[in-house]
Amino acid sequence: MSADVGSPAVGTISRSERAEGWRAPGQDSGWLNPLKERFLLELLVRKELRVRYRGSALGMLWSYVKPAVQFVVFFIALGIFIGLSRDTPAYAVYLFSGIVVINLFGEVFGNATRSITGNSALVSKIYLPSELFPWSSMIVALVHFIPQLLVLLTGSLLYGWRPSVTALVAFILGMVILLVFTIGLGLLTAAMNAAFRDVENFVDLIVMVATWLSPVLYRVTMVQDAIGGTIWWWLYQLNPLTIVVELFHTAFWRYIPQVAERAAVDPSLSAPGEPFGLWWAGLLIAAATFVIGTVVFERSKRRFAQSL
Amino acid sequence: MSPALHDVPESAAVPTEREMVRIENVSKQFSLRHNRRLKELVFSALQKKKLADTFMALDDVNLTVRAGETVGLIGFNGSGKSTLLKTISGVLFPDTGRVMLRGRVAGLIEVGAGFHPDLSGRENVYLNGAILGMTREQIDAKFDDIVAFSEIEEFIDTDVKYYSSGMFLRLAFSVAVHTEPDIFLVDEILSVGDEPFQAKCLARIRELQEAGRTMVVVSHELDMLERLCTRIVVLRKGKVVFDGEPAEAIRVLRAS
Repeated sequence: MSADVGSPAVGTISRSERAEGWRAPGQDSGWLNPLKERFLLELLVRKELRVRYRGSALGMLWSYVKPAVQFVVFFIALGIFIGLSRDTPAYAVYLFSGIVVINLFGEVFGNATRSITGNSALVSKIYLPSELFPWSSMIVALVHFIPQLLVLLTGSLLYGWRPSVTALVAFILGMVILLVFTIGLGLLTAAMNAAFRDVENFVDLIVMVATWLSPVLYRVTMVQDAIGGTIWWWLYQLNPLTIVVELFHTAFWRYIPQVAERAAVDPSLSAPGEPFGLWWAGLLIAAATFVIGTVVFERSKRRFAQSL
Repeated sequence: MSPALHDVPESAAVPTEREMVRIENVSKQFSLRHNRRLKELVFSALQKKKLADTFMALDDVNLTVRAGETVGLIGFNGSGKSTLLKTISGVLFPDTGRVMLRGRVAGLIEVGAGFHPDLSGRENVYLNGAILGMTREQIDAKFDDIVAFSEIEEFIDTDVKYYSSGMFLRLAFSVAVHTEPDIFLVDEILSVGDEPFQAKCLARIRELQEAGRTMVVVSHELDMLERLCTRIVVLRKGKVVFDGEPAEAIRVLRAS
């Protein structure tokens, strides 16, 4: 106690000074800022949506065009040429439910990483809670995700899919794991990218690889046949994206009538640990990533203005 | 363009005893990183060469600003004026020492920093108002005043990229002066727009002074500052070399 008197630590304000109305500049509610500053967050999201499609004739339609092209290319190459659609019933739905997961992951992760450096004019000149930037990129990505989800739902309905409690639970679990995990990663890389711009290139690399390191294009049982029993198989399964993609398959593909029928005779169509797989591991990893990302971001945000 | 001196109102500030900003022993060091490539990092580690030069942007600064005062910060380029303003606003954090505040701060560190060229004037008013700490209700209530003050009513729904630079700055300034903070930080903005608009800005500053707002102003317009401020602080190489009567402060700066 006595050591504190007379020599306060850098920047701290004692309780009695606080009672007199003093505060330190730049003190805010930290990771809770996105909840407290909802008005500013909303304006930042609107700004990003407006700016994204400035001067483009198709506007928001682009968020349909990109996944559509991706889907067609993969379907032709893998489904028809390589023949995956022969062994996988309703392969189109299988493929697309994975693609939407990876697209959401890639957009949140990539945009959040660039959110601090991309807003350097604001960050280095005006004080405002910097958590709002990665969070607004996540909300923008969610806005783009909605049309893709609608296309996915329409596709599954055409294949005879009907909503169920299992589907709803799997979908919600998948979304929670994906968003918590990705914003955690995004906070971490956004803070690192302010110091070293190499990080954003590294992130692009991860996003590119992510499509192939989770069961988006192929079935998870094929991986099990190839590397089952090794440590790689466990690492593959513990990849949060694998967990989320499998939850989306449970939600939108696994209980389509023709898939369920085939699965009764072909055990390779049922994934390990059905219906929800390693959801608890996914939640744990996501929560841990979020905590690490938040702590690193909070610690480094004071240096953003000078390192930009 | 510097405002015609006869337009500059005499200071209307009424200093009181209540302290609003207290800066205690604040130092801030900047490192000038030469190069952050991996190649350079490895070589400098091998040669044990110093990787970055550092310089003291602020060196043991002590300063107290009381309610109702208008304090000018003057000094040559690189003397630490803007850095000091940024530590008060919370953009930069001191390495040692501390900054304490009472009430809400709004910084006009750079006019229009929060403006986006692809948004309309109206959208920018809302975005910038929120960035400067206003709520939706406050902006709604002040919106007409902001637009009227900026005199660009007919262009308010046009994208800001089509504005002339004068129109842009007028709107930005107008948002800032309507945020009504307790402490107002102003960096080189009194050279905004044409002469009639400058006179209007200065009149607005005078109104804020009469209303008892606290202001910290950075400018190179020494004659204008002398009339507007109750006190002027002279900075040189990050150190406070004079703090007191405006006319005296300007003599100190000019003598150096």
